[in-house]
Amino acid sequence: MNVLLGLAGSDESITALRRTIERTDNVGDELTVAVLEKADTDRSQEEMYRQAEKLLSEANLDAEIERLEGDPGASLVNYAEQGEFDQLVIGGGTISPMGKIQLGSITEFVLLNAPTTVKLVR
Amino acid sequence: MSGRVYPDTASGSFPAPPSTAEDQSDRQIEFQAVDEFEGEVLDDTVEMYVEFDPTDRAQGIPPTGETRIRNWLETIAEHSVNVVARHGEDVIGHAVLVPDSDDPDSIEDVGDVEWELAIFVLQAYQQSGIGTQLLKHLLGHAIELGITHVWLTVERWNTPAIALYERVGFEPTGTENFEQEMGILLD
Ligand SMILES: CC(C)(COP(=O)(O)OP(=O)(O)OC[C@H]1O[C@@H](n2cnc3c(N)ncnc32)[C@H](O)[C@@H]1OP(=O)(O)O)[C@@H](O)C(=O)NCCC(=O)NCCS
Repeated sequence: MNVLLGLAGSDESITALRRTIERTDNVGDELTVAVLEKADTDRSQEEMYRQAEKLLSEANLDAEIERLEGDPGASLVNYAEQGEFDQLVIGGGTISPMGKIQLGSITEFVLLNAPTTVKLVR
Repeated sequence: MSGRVYPDTASGSFPAPPSTAEDQSDRQIEFQAVDEFEGEVLDDTVEMYVEFDPTDRAQGIPPTGETRIRNWLETIAEHSVNVVARHGEDVIGHAVLVPDSDDPDSIEDVGDVEWELAIFVLQAYQQSGIGTQLLKHLLGHAIELGITHVWLTVERWNTPAIALYERVGFEPTGTENFEQEMGILLD
């Protein structure tokens, strides 16, 4: 399967990255990682890019890593649409202090606009 | 504090627990603040959530099954502020505030942190005015404790809940995805 993973800078993105690497390793998917440009996140685009590079090389995975500029949701869906991807993977929301699942703006945009199957990683 | 935008004017004069009121079906409902969320009151609240119809879950809470319900309540218990509504011996409504803090042990002034609110009323008791009363009593209790900033998220299509929050003084904070975030400033 041809998988596109979209990463913003949050902890949920790190979780999505780890889980996707594990799965890619197990089933032999083709993986492309898109690092998004998002303001006000825990990690900058550059930090996230390096984190992805590091974890992928530790796992001995040969995946393409792309930086996408502009609105994170729109640039990710656009990129997915241009390529031949079977699945788009993103983080599956944050948990509030109360324990409520909260989906962010990227998730909402991707779910409503992506032409491919979307996977939310929790 | 976070970047949430709160209303310009503070809301006040909410009733504080304990109090008893008759609901719209002539049932005597008691509103009680919880001192320590453990023991009997915790057990009674677990029981309420075991009875709770999962079609009314909101963003994953309450979880289902007694063990997971208890885990959830025990996780938030220690630092939370709770008001329950009782009909006779049974807890039939629960409203709670949880501090938005990575290190709740170090909170010195409860007015320095923002508190997340959730409220649930057992189905057989909904639409009888209990939710409104319970919410007001929780806010009244919060004011007594010195809490100033309260926020919540609610599914955007949950119009009865949004209307209820607006009526007591909550306003949108500016964050709106599948969930609408709202905040209230207390006097
Ligand atoms: C939201 C909730 C706490 C409200 O409790 P409640 O006891 O039903 O509230 P009230 O009886 O005080 O009703 C408040 C208002 O909402 C209206 N209302 C309540 N439920 C409604 C419904 N399902 N459909 C239409 N209107 C509804 C009532 O008519 C009332 O309006 P009014 O004062 O103009 O008559 C309760 O419905 C609930 O537990 N829902 C499930 C959980 C949830 O969504 N919680 C909120 C997110 S944490």
